[in-house]
Amino acid sequence: MTDVDGEQDAGNGAAPEPLLRLDAVDTFYGPIHILQGLNLEVGAGELVCLLGGNASGKSTTLKTVLGIVRPRNGSVSFEGEDITSRSTSYRIGKGMAIVPENRRLFGPMTVLENLEMGAYLHGGGAKEDFDRVYTLFPLLHERRKQLAGTMSGGEQQMVAMGRALMAKPKLLLMDEPSMGLAPILVERSFEIIKQVHESGVAMLVVEQNANVSLSIADRGYVLSTGRLVLEGPAAELREHEDLRKAYLGR
Amino acid sequence: MHHLLLFNIIDQIRALGWGGAFTLLRNGIVLGSLYSLIALGYTMVYGILKLLNFAHGDVFMIGTFMGYGVLIAFGGALAPTIPFIPLILLMFAVSMAGSGVVGVGIERFAYRPLRNAPRIAPLISALGVAFFLENSAQLLTNSAHELYNGYALGGKNGNFGPLLNPVFTIDQVPVTVIMVIVVLTAIALMAALVLIVYRTKLGKAMRATSFDREAASMMGIDTDRVISMTFFIGSVLAGAAGVMYGLYIGDAYFFIGFLFGLKAFTAAVVGGIGSLPGAMLGGVLIGVVEAFATGYAGGQWSEIVVFGILILFLLVRPTGLLGSPAIQKV
Repeated sequence: MTDVDGEQDAGNGAAPEPLLRLDAVDTFYGPIHILQGLNLEVGAGELVCLLGGNASGKSTTLKTVLGIVRPRNGSVSFEGEDITSRSTSYRIGKGMAIVPENRRLFGPMTVLENLEMGAYLHGGGAKEDFDRVYTLFPLLHERRKQLAGTMSGGEQQMVAMGRALMAKPKLLLMDEPSMGLAPILVERSFEIIKQVHESGVAMLVVEQNANVSLSIADRGYVLSTGRLVLEGPAAELREHEDLRKAYLGR
Repeated sequence: MHHLLLFNIIDQIRALGWGGAFTLLRNGIVLGSLYSLIALGYTMVYGILKLLNFAHGDVFMIGTFMGYGVLIAFGGALAPTIPFIPLILLMFAVSMAGSGVVGVGIERFAYRPLRNAPRIAPLISALGVAFFLENSAQLLTNSAHELYNGYALGGKNGNFGPLLNPVFTIDQVPVTVIMVIVVLTAIALMAALVLIVYRTKLGKAMRATSFDREAASMMGIDTDRVISMTFFIGSVLAGAAGVMYGLYIGDAYFFIGFLFGLKAFTAAVVGGIGSLPGAMLGGVLIGVVEAFATGYAGGQWSEIVVFGILILFLLVRPTGLLGSPAIQKV
């Protein structure tokens, strides 16, 4: 584990190119400096969590990765390609997908139509994509004609996951998957995340709930007011004094 | 005064009888079909951008002139150089495509640069575009009423043209070819629209974008393109309505878009702004109300009644007949 302020090897040349890399990213909302020199990597097939409190810049990081917000300085690369100035749809076409904060389902559309929107850049979804999602979430097949807005929070979480998986992502971004879910559903939700990760999808999970996310992650970053304050293997972060005080409440 | 008006109305109803009532109903449905087509454009744009596109009535007006341009290019109504049916089809094709392009252009240059501005800004821009289109048309046409000559389209020497032949009569009230064309075309276009919106990938992307634009873009949907297509489709419908207005009412004039557009906007509000079935229902309803107000109370009352209904709905039921109450998104 390294404290970010401390010394760091400036890229060991032999290491394989990570799937996603943010290099010294500065992001602004108007005059407000949100992300300040953010460096972050997600390797192929890796599960990385990004922790931090309210307004720490977690969601902005995801928006920067996805190209909804453009950094003023620094670069974003995906599979070694510089995508800093590429559109969101380009990035999604390249193999990203997101489960947004509060799920953001298309409420007046059916479950099936929501899934089709997930595969929008892939022709609305091939049969095997639907099969894959329905195998993971049999309930969605049962309820495919139901309007997404009429489902319970836990069911909506499945639709949001399924919708993102329809894009066959190499990198799945998750923005606060535990938010607004009952504790039992949070556990269930993270089991699913683990399951999806084990199928080979790299994930960047943004969470306030450090305990549960570190329990399944490979590595973690901790963000505070737009700066990285800690990073390292999940197991070590869980034991870190400051983090325990700040987020784990013990 | 009030008593007099009421007695007059009752006298009128008696005097006109069933045949008169049916005439008014017929006129209302035909006119209302045009309102419906235009109202759909208002409601689609409102649904996706929460913008009242006040220039939309003038896109309809431009469509009327485009149809007229084709008519003149092929010899005019009295001496057409190509057969009647291809001529009318060509008028529709040019006006629909041309209006669609105008709609896309308006969005691109007047609204898209204001996409992230406060909502009042594109509204003012819309009014500006409306004035721009009206005044341009006024300049280009020298404020003339350009006659489609609907009464004589293809007819000569005071004879009615083929568009005014009755298809059938009810209680001695004729229903003419152009009336049937207007209603059937409107129904066909609305059916096509419903198919597009509910069955195609583009339509689903339109609904997704309309519900939550940022979430739609997170799915990789190019929302700018979807918004462009929404303007295109709405303007195509207005262009079709423009040609039919020309063929049915008989003329093209730079100022028709203002009043006709406002009435179609009223139809969209009455039906429930943002709702497609609402715009269809509202259009026919406003058309029929206007026809009856004109027939029984007199033409001077028709606009008072129509815009009275607009105010009433805005005050009492702003979500309209079929609109759902706005749900606050969490």
